[in-house]
Amino acid sequence: MAEPMIRVTDVSKDFMLPHLRQTTLKGKVLNMFRKSRTIEVQQALREISFDVEPGEFLGVVGRNGSGKSTLLKILAGIYMPTRGSVAVGGKLVPFIELGVGFNPELTGRENVYLNGALLGFSKSEVEAMYDDIVAFAELEESMDQKLKNYSSGMQVRVAFSVATRAKADVLLIDEVLAVGDAAFQRKCFEHFRALKKSATTIVFVTHNMDAVREFCDRAILIENCRIVAQGSAEDVAAEYTELFNPQPTTAPPVQGKRRGSGAIRYSEVAVPGLLGDESGLTLELEAVAEQDVEEPVYSFFIKNSSGAPVLGTNSILKKQATGSLRKGERVRVTWSVPNVFSDGLHHVDLGITDRQGLAVYDLWEEAASFTVVKEEKSPYIVTPDTSLVIGKAGATKG
Amino acid sequence: MTDILSRIRIRYRYPLILLRAMVGTDFKLRYQASLLGYLWTLLRPLAIFSILYIVFVKFLRLGASTPYYPVYLLFGIVLWGFFVEATSQGLSSLVARGDLLRKISFPRYVVVLSVGASVLISFALNMVVIVFFMALLRVPVRLDVLWLPLLFLELVALSISLAFFLSALYVRFRDLNYIWEVCMQAAFYAVPILYPLTLIPDRYARLLVLNPMAQILQDARYVMVTDQTETISQLYSTPWVRAIPVGITLILVIASVVYFRRQSRFFAEEA
Repeated sequence: MAEPMIRVTDVSKDFMLPHLRQTTLKGKVLNMFRKSRTIEVQQALREISFDVEPGEFLGVVGRNGSGKSTLLKILAGIYMPTRGSVAVGGKLVPFIELGVGFNPELTGRENVYLNGALLGFSKSEVEAMYDDIVAFAELEESMDQKLKNYSSGMQVRVAFSVATRAKADVLLIDEVLAVGDAAFQRKCFEHFRALKKSATTIVFVTHNMDAVREFCDRAILIENCRIVAQGSAEDVAAEYTELFNPQPTTAPPVQGKRRGSGAIRYSEVAVPGLLGDESGLTLELEAVAEQDVEEPVYSFFIKNSSGAPVLGTNSILKKQATGSLRKGERVRVTWSVPNVFSDGLHHVDLGITDRQGLAVYDLWEEAASFTVVKEEKSPYIVTPDTSLVIGKAGATKG
Repeated sequence: MTDILSRIRIRYRYPLILLRAMVGTDFKLRYQASLLGYLWTLLRPLAIFSILYIVFVKFLRLGASTPYYPVYLLFGIVLWGFFVEATSQGLSSLVARGDLLRKISFPRYVVVLSVGASVLISFALNMVVIVFFMALLRVPVRLDVLWLPLLFLELVALSISLAFFLSALYVRFRDLNYIWEVCMQAAFYAVPILYPLTLIPDRYARLLVLNPMAQILQDARYVMVTDQTETISQLYSTPWVRAIPVGITLILVIASVVYFRRQSRFFAEEA
């Protein structure tokens, strides 16, 4: 097997917390007389080790603040690891972001040359590819305007167009997909596809799990400064999604308002944190009877982030008998709801009452919440799967 | 031999491209939207010169004993101006480019060098004015002028090494720019820019001239303007004492390179 293109061995990174660091002379002098100089160390990465093989497309995923970008900066040589080592066996693009060094006071053209220089291209080299760069950015008209007069989308197009020219064995890409419109993102994807074919080694930091699944050969998941999972893109993307699922909450409740006699109460609530286009909503609940209860009524109610009621039902409406429960007995309640919800955050209220609605056993507001991610963004309370067919109708003769 | 050369070319290709781009950008931006543009590079020292000339030469009758005193004064201002610009712009250069340092990995010294190069270009333009004035006042050119490149080299080495040192220090100590400003104000009078060194009692003159800036100034004027300039060689007869300013410069060069290299790993985190 060939040597790995990147070998990261036991890398840890600590930061000195800036607000405690004395950067002025006064602070330094004052601090000298203090007995205990408290330098707070913030850990950014802990014992990270992995290899990237030549031609591999590696995804790095994790929540915000988990240390992904720090890792990328260490790979790029911008930060030095506090401990451990990084070995890169080829030419690496020293850039991790688009449009680095762009100056708003310069024209688009001048910025292309400047950005090209940062990528290591001489003036004549940029000259040779200048027309292609401009054509790719689709900005022939405005290259002689100052960059400050560009829209942010135009700036990104110029930046990306220059960045695609980078010639290197290793590319480090941070969150490019977070910017730009749909057309730009499509261009990004096309470029990635081409890169993948050309067998460039790529380390790619993103939150977009679709992109991870599509492009990455392998991925690592960073959580709390450590690698918590690595393996196939599919597995790691699944792990990542799992991070956003709340663990089944066992009573006592951690969130929301809750009241009731507690004669029977929910002990476990499992709700998926993220709801994609295809998946339906399943509420898996468990309740435990603290006393003997006859025919309790289970209900749920879902409201959206602005508090507007979306839907809800209960076991009476479902004409479901619930029987009687002895003290200490447990019961599983599973609701399945089609995903008619609109894009965004939703809260679930849960209830258990008696048949007449006089005795409240357990009424738990916002016992769980979930986020719906839908392609179709409608402003309405629900967004069920609708279909649309439009075709030319045959001319009707009167 | 060609092997070494090509290796050097490959090694310094990227820094050179960067240096050129940064200096170019700097020049484009500096006089943008100013009416006279590049002319300010020349007008500024001339304006300062006019003020000082009126106050000190016309009113206070300073330098009456020095031949070609206007050129002598102007040359001093230009040399001093280079030193001040290179060090104070150099000082803030790393912090000013903080966003670049945080996002790209590139040899950090390029940032400081680009400032040095920009200032050097202005200096070269100013020298054209000096030569023009010398021709106007018919200052005789002596063979001593051949020393000038070496003196300029010393000046550049002194200024740039200080710029390296200060820029790296400024990343950590943000008071430094105020301190340096005051130092430069004081040094303007401690270095014989306005007054001929002969005005000062020998005791103090001997101390003053050990300052590399004073030595450079006086030697440069000696070789370029008039041999009536009092230099370190006239104040000291022992050769090793004459070498002290150059020694100080050399020590500064070495110390600043060592310090800058050691600190440069942390610039991205602290700048």
